[in-house]
Amino acid sequence: MKRVIESKEVAGQSPNYLLAKFQDLVDWAVNSSRANSLWPMPFGTACCAIEFMATAASRYDFARFGMERQAFSPRQADVLICAGRLPFKLAPVIRRIFDQMPQPKWVISMGACASTGGIFDNYAMVQGIDTIVPVDVYVPGCPPRPEGLLYGVLLLHKKIKGESLFDAERRRDEHPLDERGLRLSPAEIDEVSEPFGNSVHQFRSS
Amino acid sequence: MIPGVLRETVARDGERVVYVERERLLEAMTWLKQTPGQDYDYLVDVTAVEFRDRERPLEVVYFLRSLTRKADLRVKVELDAAGELAVDSVWGLWHGADWLEREVFDMFGITFRGHPDLRRILMWETYAEGFPLRKDFPLRGRFSRAEQVRQALNANPEAHYSLDELSIADAWGDLPDDMRERLKRGERGVVPE
Repeated sequence: MKRVIESKEVAGQSPNYLLAKFQDLVDWAVNSSRANSLWPMPFGTACCAIEFMATAASRYDFARFGMERQAFSPRQADVLICAGRLPFKLAPVIRRIFDQMPQPKWVISMGACASTGGIFDNYAMVQGIDTIVPVDVYVPGCPPRPEGLLYGVLLLHKKIKGESLFDAERRRDEHPLDERGLRLSPAEIDEVSEPFGNSVHQFRSS
Repeated sequence: MIPGVLRETVARDGERVVYVERERLLEAMTWLKQTPGQDYDYLVDVTAVEFRDRERPLEVVYFLRSLTRKADLRVKVELDAAGELAVDSVWGLWHGADWLEREVFDMFGITFRGHPDLRRILMWETYAEGFPLRKDFPLRGRFSRAEQVRQALNANPEAHYSLDELSIADAWGDLPDDMRERLKRGERGVVPE
C-alpha cells in the first residue's frame, strides 16, 4: 500500500488512471459499509441521554440510518456518542472507553455541555470533551432534539464517505495521549476553555 | 431541656431551630435521640452553610425527625471560620451520618471527629484544589483548565479499595451469611476472616 500512496503523492505526475479508479472503488465500498452500519456506544450522563433514547426509540428510530445495534461495550462500537455534561471525574473514564474502541472510530459530542461545558462553567466540569477525545461532529442544543442528533449522524455519514484508505491526509489514525497525558497542548486547552456568553463577568481568582 | 442549647428560633417555614454549643453537640444529640418524649430517631440530612457575610460563622445543620412522633427539628452548630473547623461526628448515633458527613467534609472542609472513614465523596480523592462550596473558592477552581484536564486524565479510573481499606472489613463479623459469601467470591481480593 505504501507504493500506492506514493503513486498519488508524486508532485507534477498524474497518478495511474486505472489504479486511482480502483482506489476510489475500494474507498467507496469501505466507506459505504462503515457509514451505513455505525454502531453507537452511548455515553449518556445527563438530560441529553433522554433525547438520545428518544432518537433510538421507535418514533425517530436511528436504526433507519444503520445504527441498528447499540453497543454497550466499547469493543464492538464504532461511534462514541457523549450525551451530556462530562465532569472531570469521568474524564479518564471516557478516555479509557475511547481507547478501548477499535479503529476506525468516530465521536459525536451531543449537546451544549459535551461540546463546550455549556452552563456549567465551574470547577467540576470538562469544558468540551474535545479536550479529552477527538470529536468529529458537534450537535448543538440544550438538549438537541432527536432531529438534531439524526442530522449530526447524517453529517457523520458524509464525513465518513469523504475518508480514504489511500490518502494519508484523509485516513483515520490513532492519536494517543502525549507524554504529559494530554490530547491538546495546555495553551489550547486553556483557550477552548475560555468563558463565553453570560459568564464573562466571572474571573478566576489567582 | 436540650443540653448545651444556646438559643432557639423558628425558621420561616415554621420549623423549630435549635443552636447548640459546639463542644456539647454529641451530648445534645444523644439526649434528643434517647430521651422518651423526644425520640428523634431519624437523621434526615447533615449539611453546612457559609454566609456571604464573612463575619457570620459557618453553620453545620442537622435535620432530625422523630418517626414515631412525626416531629421535625433542626439542630445547628456554629463554627468560627477563623478557628478550627471541627465538630464531633454523630455517626455513633445514626450510622446514616457516614456519607452525609463525608459530603460536608468534601464540600466545606469541616472535619468530623470520630468519623470512621472521613474522606472525599463527591470529588475524587486526589483532588487538591480545596473545598468547592467555601466562599473563598473561585467558581472555576484554583488551577488552570489545562492543569485540571491533566490531573483528571492522569487519574486511574479503575482505582478501587480493598476490603481492608473500606470500613466493611471491620463489620465482617456482623454481615449476613449470604453477603459474606458474595464478597468472598468478589474481585476485591482476600477477605480477612
